Formats: sequence, C-alpha cells, structure tokens
Amino acid sequence: MTTPTIGVLALQGDVREHLVALAAADALARPVRRPEELADLDGLVVPGGESTTMSKLAVVFGMLEPLRDFVRSGRPVYGTCAGMIMVADKLLDARADQETFGGVDMIVRRNAFGRQNESFEAAVDMTGIPGGPVHGVFIRAPWVESTGAAAEVLARYDGHTVAVRQGNVLATSFHPELTGDHRVHAFFVDMVRTAV
Amino acid sequence: MSSTPTTPQTPETGTARVKRGMAEQLKGGVIMDVVTPEEAKIAEDAGAVAVMALERVPADIRKDGGVARMSDPDMIDGIIDAVSIPVMAKSRIGHFVEAQVLQSLGVDYIDESEVLTPADEVNHSDKWAFTTPFVCGATNLGEALRRIAEGAAMIRSKGEAGTGNVVEAVRHLRQIKGEIAKLRGCDNNELYAAAKELRAPFELVKEVAELGKLPVVLFSAGGVATPADAALMRQLGAEGVFVGSGIFKSGDPAKRAAAIVKATTFYDDPKVVADVSRNLGEAMVGINCDTLPEAERYANRGW
Repeated sequence: MTTPTIGVLALQGDVREHLVALAAADALARPVRRPEELADLDGLVVPGGESTTMSKLAVVFGMLEPLRDFVRSGRPVYGTCAGMIMVADKLLDARADQETFGGVDMIVRRNAFGRQNESFEAAVDMTGIPGGPVHGVFIRAPWVESTGAAAEVLARYDGHTVAVRQGNVLATSFHPELTGDHRVHAFFVDMVRTAV
Repeated sequence: MSSTPTTPQTPETGTARVKRGMAEQLKGGVIMDVVTPEEAKIAEDAGAVAVMALERVPADIRKDGGVARMSDPDMIDGIIDAVSIPVMAKSRIGHFVEAQVLQSLGVDYIDESEVLTPADEVNHSDKWAFTTPFVCGATNLGEALRRIAEGAAMIRSKGEAGTGNVVEAVRHLRQIKGEIAKLRGCDNNELYAAAKELRAPFELVKEVAELGKLPVVLFSAGGVATPADAALMRQLGAEGVFVGSGIFKSGDPAKRAAAIVKATTFYDDPKVVADVSRNLGEAMVGINCDTLPEAERYANRGW
C-alpha cells in the first residue's frame, strides 16, 4: 500500500523526535496544530510534553473535540508519556481542569514514577515488539493504575503497567522517540497500515 | 541523542539521556519566573510548561542591588507543592553547594544563572556530578559548548534579564545560530581550527557540525516581555522561551502569561499573535540596553 500519513500533535512537546522516528519507520509524518489538519491523516501521535499545557492549548485552540472525534473515528493514535495521559479515560494526581482525548479504558497516574531525579532508563519487554527488550526512557513518567476489560497490557515494569493497547489506540509511559530504536514506531505504523 | 542505544541491564537515573530528554519534553513551551507559590499557580493556570523559582525577579534584583542568591528552601518547597508541572530553581554560577541543596529539595532542573551574583569568577559547577539536570545561559556557541562539556543538559541564550528589552536575546540567539550554520559548511580540517577559535572541545564542535544544531535543547531568555517577543525568538530558532520579569512586572500577569503561551505555540501565525496581543494592559516598562553600564550587564557573567 501507499505510505501512510501520520500527524504529530504539535501544541507542545518532543514533536521533532517523533517526526524523525515515524519517517524512519516509513511513514509520511507531519506536525498538526489545527482541526482542519486532522482531516486527511491516517493516524496520529500525541508526543511527550507537559499534559497540563497540552490540555489547555487543546481547549483554547478548539482541538479538544476534534481530537476526541479523531480517536472515536477509529483511526490509530499513539501516545507517549504525556500522550499516554491524553489518551486515558481517567486520571489520578491531575488538576481538576485537566482534559483528555480518551480512547483507552484505563486510569493513569501522572508523575507516578516520581520527579526528575527519579527519571530512569531500563530494558522493558514489550508484547508485539520483536528483537528483544525495548529501551525504556522514563521521564517524570506516568504509569497505568488499572485497565478495563478491553485494554490489553503490553508491558510492565517493576510491577506497573507501562504499555497498553485498546483497539487502535496505543500508549507507553516511556519515550521510544528518544532512543534511536524505531521498533515501537514501526509497530504503530503497522497498526496504521492495517487500519487504512 | 539518536545514537544506537545501549539498554541498561539495571535501571539508571541521572543519565545524559534522561537529563537531555527532560528538556525535550519542554519544547514549544514557556518557562516562567515565579517568586511565590501563588505566582506559580498563576503560571500553571496560564499553561506554563515549568516554573523557575527564584527569590526576586531580575527586574527587582536590578532595582534593589546587593547579592542575589538561591531562594529560601521553604519557598521552593511551597512552589513544588503548589503545582504539578516541573519546578526549576537558580543557583549562583560556581556555587555547587547551592546546587546540591536544590538537588536535595527535589527540583526538576537547576539553572546555574548569571542573573544571580556569581560565586566563582573562574569555574562553573561540575554538572556531571549531579542527578538533577542543569540549564545554563550562553551568548555564543563556544560558551554554550563549554557549558555542555561541563554537563549542562539544556542551553538558553542569555539575553539581558530584567530589562524587558528583547534586543540582547536576539543578538545572542542569532550569534549561536549563525555560528552553528558556519560550522555546517566546514570540512573536517577546518573543524579543528573552529574548535580552537570557539574554545570548545573538538568532539562537541564536530557533533554540532554534523547535527546542524546543539546536542541539547536551545531555549531563549532575557528580555521577552510580549507575545510578539516570544514568537520572534521562536521564529529565530529558539525551541521555547523563558520569561522572567516580563510577566509578573506587567499590569495583568495572568492574561499576559496565557497570551505568551499561545504565541509561543502559534509563533508562525501572525493572526494568532495579533489576537492574543489585544488588551493585555501595561507591559513592563523596560530598560534601553545601550544605556546599561557594563558592570550591570548580567550577560557578561560566566566565561
């Protein structure tokens, strides 16, 4: 099939790293900030960043409902770290006014692994990713406190769920875009190819 | 950061990747100076990606004079408790004990800052010795690379803090970007001479020449007072902005802070910048940098 077009939500965060990783995984990647830019996308990445900032900017610039519609449309979405928070149906340790796009029936705890001094790298075994463990980079990272029946746990670290998939929505607590290892992005690009 | 990863067998904290990676998460955002938990909340409400805790904003340091130091730990604790976004705090240049204190308080980033009174006029702190990452100011590429060699995980162009005048921020960012562009055109033979001229380690100079950018995130600081100032720095190549006195020395801090956040995201859309610039009230008064005596130029601190 033709190369899929995947947007990276560019309100704030490590957009550039995702664009590079998606291009390396043979997708046509581009930053998106406006509702009309979502129309012809085959998939979307919600990058790492500050979820409170992303939530506010999404509301102010009229992106919240279009992004919720995007998730509901069944087109694949992948969120890393702050992006995982944004695709969660429910949050813990978040501001009362924090909005999410939803998509995965899970409760995510913000900054669950601690502040920056507790940020770490470690090997993580992830279901569906061939070639051994992935390099997990956890930065003020969230974890998944609990998941509903429809959500499949793809990885755990130290007893905590750090990667999930529900239908066409994928989420990781960690940042494959910071490692130069593009296997998780390739996995997502395959999800997009299958869905198109 | 795109080299083939060597995945650690046991978890590792304080690595270059998690330090630099933290700054990557702040890109496209605004980091705001705050001196109280209440100001920190206003900044978070406005959409700041992080706050910078300090005892006085630069405009007041200029006005009051005296020695400017790290904040009271109680104040930093109060700010950490008040917000859920990352909290940064400033140490004096070369004052590695202030930095140790800030690390023990659990701040997310330490700014070894020329805005405070330097504690050492020869040496900056050895930033590799810390788990907490550091951001440092720079006026040119050589200075940026010396800070990175010492372990800085993020660079901000210095500008001239507390003036509300963007002219020095523009000068320093253009200088850094211009020197990077020049390196892009160098062959290997020329890079050795370039390293000597820049007074920076050859390996870092070579890395910049190959990447076409710094190996760490580059923000802009020092003089941003309006949404258009923030958008200007972004269009000139800053990956985000620090705003100091510009917010809490203005007439309506909450409104101005939110406007600067929006202009930083849509920096290339003049319609958005125009919309958010309406009715913001008084901007901070500002100082003309060409009338500023040499001794009062913070950008000259650090070497």
